[in-house]
Amino acid sequence: MLCESCKKNPATVYVQRTVNGVTTEAHLCEQCAKERGEWNIVVGPTLNFPDFSLGNLFASLLEQHTGLAGAPVGSTEDRCPGCGLTYSDFREQGRLGCARCYTTFREPLKPLIRRLQGSVQHVGKVPRRHKGRAKLRYNLESLRRQLKEAVAKEAFETAAKFRDQIKEMEERLEEAQ
Amino acid sequence: MVDPERVFTQADSSWLQEGPDGDVVISTRIRLARNLADLPFPSRASREELEEILLRLQQAKEHLPEAKRYLLLEIGRLSPLEQQVLIEKHLVSPEHVKDPQERALLLRDDEAVSIMINEEDHERLQVLLPGLNLEQAWKLATRLDDSLERQLEYAFDDEFGFLTCCPTNIGSGLRASVMLHLPALVLSKQASRVFGTLSQFGLVIRGLYGEGTQALGNFFQISNQQTLNRSEEDLIHNLQALTSQVIEQERSARRRLYQELGDRLPDMVGRAYGILTHARLLAGDEAMQLLSHVRLGVNLNLLPSIDLARLNRLLVVTRPGFIQRVAGGPLQSPERDRKRASLVKEQLLTKNNHLEVD
Repeated sequence: MLCESCKKNPATVYVQRTVNGVTTEAHLCEQCAKERGEWNIVVGPTLNFPDFSLGNLFASLLEQHTGLAGAPVGSTEDRCPGCGLTYSDFREQGRLGCARCYTTFREPLKPLIRRLQGSVQHVGKVPRRHKGRAKLRYNLESLRRQLKEAVAKEAFETAAKFRDQIKEMEERLEEAQ
Repeated sequence: MVDPERVFTQADSSWLQEGPDGDVVISTRIRLARNLADLPFPSRASREELEEILLRLQQAKEHLPEAKRYLLLEIGRLSPLEQQVLIEKHLVSPEHVKDPQERALLLRDDEAVSIMINEEDHERLQVLLPGLNLEQAWKLATRLDDSLERQLEYAFDDEFGFLTCCPTNIGSGLRASVMLHLPALVLSKQASRVFGTLSQFGLVIRGLYGEGTQALGNFFQISNQQTLNRSEEDLIHNLQALTSQVIEQERSARRRLYQELGDRLPDMVGRAYGILTHARLLAGDEAMQLLSHVRLGVNLNLLPSIDLARLNRLLVVTRPGFIQRVAGGPLQSPERDRKRASLVKEQLLTKNNHLEVD
C-alpha cells in the first residue's frame, strides 16, 4: 500500500485517532507521518534523547557537585599509575582505564557515583578471595548500627560492649587489607 | 559442538522459543560485567594485553559446566554480514564489533549463553532465555560466573564492588532486561504514561528497533539502571514485579482495544497478515510493523494457529544482515526486499501452520 499523503512511498505507519467520538485512520509513510507529527504516539521518556556523550553528562554532574561543595576534592590532577589515565581524560570520555583508576580517583569519583547510583556501598555478590573481608565489613556495619541504637536508648553498658567489638573488628579489617 | 554456519543462517536461538508470559514478553536477559584485576580495560589495553585477556578467558572457559558446548568466534575473522547477524540475534553489542581485532565471543550451542570478550569490559557474560524468566536466567548466570571466578581474579573493591570501565555498571555489574511487545499500550496512547512510571522506579525503557523517537513494531526493552547498593536478587525482583504490572496493563489494554475498535482491529490484523503472506517486496521496517499487528492478532485469537515461536523467529529472519547472509552476500534494496518477502512467507506458511481464515 502506498502512503495516502504523498502517494509515493510505501505506507509503513498506520495511524488511528479518535476525536470527539469520530475515528479517522490513515496509512502513511515514515516521512509523512513524521511531518504530521504522528510519531508522538510512541515517544517514551527515554526514547527521545538526542545523541549525548556520556563524558559530557559526567562532566555536568561533576560541575553540579563541585558547585555545591566548593573546590574539587583533591587528587584530580593525578595520573593513574596503572594505565596513565588522568582525571580530565575520564571527564572527557566517561570511561575509566583500569581497576586501579578506582583507587587513584576514589575521592573525586565518589560524589559522581553517589549521583549515578544513590550511595556508595556494594551489597551484592563478592568474589571468593574477598569474602572474609566483605563479611567483616558487613558485621562491622551492623555492630555500628546496634551501637547507635544502644546509645539512643541510653543502654550504656551494652553500648560499651559493642564499642569494644567494633574496635577489635576494625583492627582485624586493617590486617586483612 | 556448535556449527558456526548454523549460527549465521538459522534463526533457532533458544530465546526465540515461546516462554512464560510469551504473549507479551519475548525474552529475558541477564548480563554481568567483569574485568581482570591486573590488566587495563580494553579501551586502554595494548594489542598484547588484549591477546592475554582473550587467552585467559579461553582457558577459564574450559572449566565451565558443559564446556564442550561452547564455540569461540573471533570477531575479526567474521565477515561484516556475520558480525551484523550476531548483533541482530542480540548475541553481541554493536560496540563489540566496532574494532574487531582481539574481540571474541564464546557462544553456547543453544545461544542461551554468550560471553563477549574485550567489549567495553574484559568479559560480559549474557544469559538469554525465552519469555519472562528472570529467576532462571539469574541462576544460570551466577552459576557460570562462579565457575569462571574460580579461574580468574576479578577486579573488585569492597566499596565499589565489581569494577567496570564505566561507573554506571559498577557494583553488581548486573543489567537485567526484558524484551516486551506492547502494541496495545502504544495504540491506546498509554505507553508514555506507563514508561514514565517505570522510570520513577529506576528502570530504563528503550525501543528495540528503529531509531530515535521511533519504536518500530512496538518492541521495547526494560532494564535496571542502578547497579550499586542493591543486591542482584533485589534488582531482579524489582524488575520482575514491575514487568508483571506492565504485562497486566498491556493485556487489559488489548482487551479494551478489541472491544472499542469493533471490526477495525481484526481488519488491521488481517490486512497485516495478508501483506506478510502475499507481498513480493517487503521492506524491513514495514515487515516489523506488520509483524507487530499479526502478533497482536494472534494473541487476541483473531488469527488462529500461528505459534509465537514462529513470529519470534521473524524478528531475526527479517533483519537485513540475516537476509543477506542467508542469500550468500550483500544484496541491494529490491533484491533484499524480495528475499525478505520470500523468507517471511516461508516462515508463516510452511506446513502444520496453515492459517484458516473464517
